[in-house]
Amino acid sequence: MSIELRGVSYTYGQGTPFAHKALRGIDLTISDGEILGLIGHTGSGKSTLVQHLNGLLKPTEGHVLIDGVDIGAKGTKLRDIRRRVGLVFQYPEHQLFEETVSADVAFGPKNLGLEGEELEQQVKQALQLVHLSYEDLGNRSPFELSGGQKRRVALAGVLAMQPKVLVLDEPSAGLDPRSRDELLGLIRELHEQGITIVFVTHNMSEIAQLAQRLVVMDRGKIVMDGTPREVFSRGDELASIGLGVPEITRLTRQLRRGGIDIPEDILTIEEAKEAIVQWMNQRKGAN
Amino acid sequence: MAAFTNITIGQYLPGSSFIHRLDPRTKLLLTLFIIVILFLVESFVGYGLVALYIAAFFALSQLPVRYVLRGLKPLVIIILLTLALNVFMTPGEVLWKWGFLTVTEEGLVKGAMMGARLILLIIGTSLLTLTTSPISLTDGIESLLRPGKRIGIPAHELAMMMTIALRFIPTLLEETEKIMKAQMARGADFESGNLLRRAKSLIPLLVPLFVSAFRRADELATAMEARCYRGGEGRTKLHELEYMPRDYFALSVSALFMISVAWMF
Repeated sequence: MSIELRGVSYTYGQGTPFAHKALRGIDLTISDGEILGLIGHTGSGKSTLVQHLNGLLKPTEGHVLIDGVDIGAKGTKLRDIRRRVGLVFQYPEHQLFEETVSADVAFGPKNLGLEGEELEQQVKQALQLVHLSYEDLGNRSPFELSGGQKRRVALAGVLAMQPKVLVLDEPSAGLDPRSRDELLGLIRELHEQGITIVFVTHNMSEIAQLAQRLVVMDRGKIVMDGTPREVFSRGDELASIGLGVPEITRLTRQLRRGGIDIPEDILTIEEAKEAIVQWMNQRKGAN
Repeated sequence: MAAFTNITIGQYLPGSSFIHRLDPRTKLLLTLFIIVILFLVESFVGYGLVALYIAAFFALSQLPVRYVLRGLKPLVIIILLTLALNVFMTPGEVLWKWGFLTVTEEGLVKGAMMGARLILLIIGTSLLTLTTSPISLTDGIESLLRPGKRIGIPAHELAMMMTIALRFIPTLLEETEKIMKAQMARGADFESGNLLRRAKSLIPLLVPLFVSAFRRADELATAMEARCYRGGEGRTKLHELEYMPRDYFALSVSALFMISVAWMF
């Protein structure tokens, strides 16, 4: 399962005075089993880009190939592509509409033609993946759940189609810290089960914890592509396009400047802790 | 916005032309003139003169012609239907007959007139919306309706409702598009199947849309109350409307023109 973008450009409202070019010549290959983070300032084209990954938008120029199939070509079965590439929008709980949680989760697989025992099985499995109990919540209305639970139901609604690639647009926006941590843990679990993950975020710490590869966008173009360590080592460039580095990285760099000898490329609190403990032990040894 | 990009009626194209700078009340009155005259005039010469008048205003407004004409596209069916109904249904001197269809001379004339009337109506009124921002439009309506307060017309409330409705049209369109895409990502199909199936396929779109519309309404009401909104009584404005010499000029020239056209044709 690979996704390949070749010279993709997209213009909103083409042919009107409101035309706006959101993507300019994007080349990107996403390979199997990756967990890729997409960052960029508001309006940099991230959301437009992710909508190309399952054919909701078709490029005005260039090609998007999903497993070698061009989504813009005539006769391409988009439903088939949308089954394989699941897309979870920002605030996905706003799309809930059914009377019960299980009926809502069943919407996707039902559209794919599943019914009966198999459908129920898939719904149960999807709810299990997001750590919700089918027995307790299955018959409740999705509108009476908490914010974090609603979001997980919506996520289950996409997972129920058993996608190979999961694309998430700001999955943790508007959640409290605890629900956010739970959700990030969940994404990590899904990745461990072999699902390729692409996610968009504004939270640098989040992406440093989760992503193996980082793609940075600015004004419709990809400006950086590498491991989080590589990308976050270019702090000044990031700042010039309105982005930053994780808070912990900023802190440890400040500490370094203050004469504390720890590595420059620290990305998580865990790494920072280890480095500081090591530094303290060394000092003790020296004394 | 694939489904909505073709709708240019009611769009506002910002600019700074003579027409853009006219007072919204002036433009409302001018549009009213155009509507009235189009129903009074009953000859091709008259329509021609009104068309010239509208064309002059268009030239002054500096709007892109092609964009404006594209706004007619969604209405082509209505225009053709009007034309056909008039051409075939008007009794009179028969020119041509085929089965139950008869074309009469009177029908042709009437059809052409109705078509011209419709097209001029659409272009004339879109001139108003294309050059006036929704906010100043409702300001203008409020101000024009204010004398009606004595007979119980709630001018401010009507204008406020219109402002809010206009303000939320793009928001709701955006929301509709977003939910549509989210459901399409879950395999929903809004385009195929028979009428019943299609109507049913709208449920996953309409339920979330209503939920969010009510949520927004609630939030808006709270936000307005938090800023001490309590109706129009004693409310002052940041931008008071004021007639300028150009308004008097446009109004008097138009009134003169319209009256003479109505008089003669």
